[in-house]
Amino acid sequence: MNIPLLLPTEWVHELLTGWMPNSATAVSIIEMLLIAVAYLAFFAVAGLYLVLMERKVAGWIQLRYGPNRVGPWGLFQTIADALKLVSKELTGTIKADKFLYNLAPYFPIVAALIALAVFPFSKSLQAFDINIGLFFLTAVSSIGVIGILLGGWASNNKFALIGAMRSGVQVISYELSVGLSLLTMVLMTGSLQLSEIIEVQRTGGWLIYQGHIPAIIAFVIYMIAGTAETNRAPFDLIEAESELGAGYHTEYSGMKFAYFFLAEFINMFIIAAIAVTVFFGGWLSPFGITDHIFWLQPVWFILKVGMIIILMMFFRWTYPRLRIDQVLTLEWKYLLPLNLMNIVLMAIIVWLGWTLPWPF
Amino acid sequence: MAIASVTSKKILRAVIYLLLSLLGIAAIYFMMDYNFLGALQMAVYGGGIIILFIFAVLLVHHIEGELEEPPTARKIGMAVLSLLGLGITLATIYAHDFKVAIASESFDIKDIGRGLLSYGDGGYILPFELISVLLLAAMIGAIIIAKGQKKSVNK
Repeated sequence: MNIPLLLPTEWVHELLTGWMPNSATAVSIIEMLLIAVAYLAFFAVAGLYLVLMERKVAGWIQLRYGPNRVGPWGLFQTIADALKLVSKELTGTIKADKFLYNLAPYFPIVAALIALAVFPFSKSLQAFDINIGLFFLTAVSSIGVIGILLGGWASNNKFALIGAMRSGVQVISYELSVGLSLLTMVLMTGSLQLSEIIEVQRTGGWLIYQGHIPAIIAFVIYMIAGTAETNRAPFDLIEAESELGAGYHTEYSGMKFAYFFLAEFINMFIIAAIAVTVFFGGWLSPFGITDHIFWLQPVWFILKVGMIIILMMFFRWTYPRLRIDQVLTLEWKYLLPLNLMNIVLMAIIVWLGWTLPWPF
Repeated sequence: MAIASVTSKKILRAVIYLLLSLLGIAAIYFMMDYNFLGALQMAVYGGGIIILFIFAVLLVHHIEGELEEPPTARKIGMAVLSLLGLGITLATIYAHDFKVAIASESFDIKDIGRGLLSYGDGGYILPFELISVLLLAAMIGAIIIAKGQKKSVNK
């Protein structure tokens, strides 16, 4: 496992080797810990501010202000909320299966953290550049749903159980569409490694441009399936408030509820980050205007991810919720056949070399 | 974890212990740089089979239900059998003289794909096609079972 380093990390590396010149293992362990802490900090901050963003967008769409009391423009609202959640008492039910009930929140959050590690935030800012990147992402994200199923079952609550069953059915179905639409794009890149995928786009233009029609179809399918996989409206019948209380996390309180909640928002970030990496050139700037300034690369990446996330938030506050049979019909009768045809179309286009050339 | 998964009396806990031991195996693959195999282990066992198990448990089992304790004779017999199996495996492993791989190279996924579809020496085209025919048959079978019930309901 090699860790590509950014400039500050090189400085830390030299500092640490200066302190402990004869123990390379200790140095690398400390570096791994530092990286883990950095990712955790990013994870928490991103989660908090995504929640704030969601509330602001919701307010905007519903013609109200959203949070605006705590701090300037309500910027500290979610931090206050997080403090409240940390200090809250953890309640649980006696009839619950204690062990599984306590274990469940860690599955989604750990899966989300592992998935976060493989994204290239810039050319050199990537913790784990694995050569099966995209496949690794789908494999890891399939672990997260286990937490939801467990939480729903172990709560010993009928609403939670119904929510968990719905979530299992939905997430497993839509995983197929996510995987297949990404596979369509892999046909063009010829590699699953995320850094390679971006390298392909650096010379040839973003993939959504190169692949024209099938790429746009794949992107639309990916966005629908990605929204479904993060359990957000219009696919939020897992925690449909009007029918199920709060769905699978009805019985959770305080920090354990916050784990589920945070994991949901980080999953949204992950879905958006995959979309940006695969369709919109990752950390590349439009038309390569600032590609030589290395510190702008993560800025571009975050900016693009933010755009996709705002798109997903618009979905949430615009569409009504679907019924479970409509959700499954959409996936199995429309998206899946469309996706398979799209793969064949993309294969023909790549085979005949009909991809759009980059004019710049 | 594996021992816990067979001794646990609550069935869903047993499933979770099984999941954790399977993830442990995946972690060993990752440490050996077999990234593809590790991710496959996670996707197929963790994401597929375990979720299937959980679904089955969710559908048929109540939370307070506990598994029956098997008779002591059978427990001891099983323990002896599994220890015997472990012993034989370990004896074979230690008897075999392994060559230590100096540089562990990580495989590209392209090589795996070519290996699966090549029909030359060491190619896996025949098993690959056989498995795909088997899976197709299983899928058709599942569809027929699902449809047959509907017809009988309609009559």
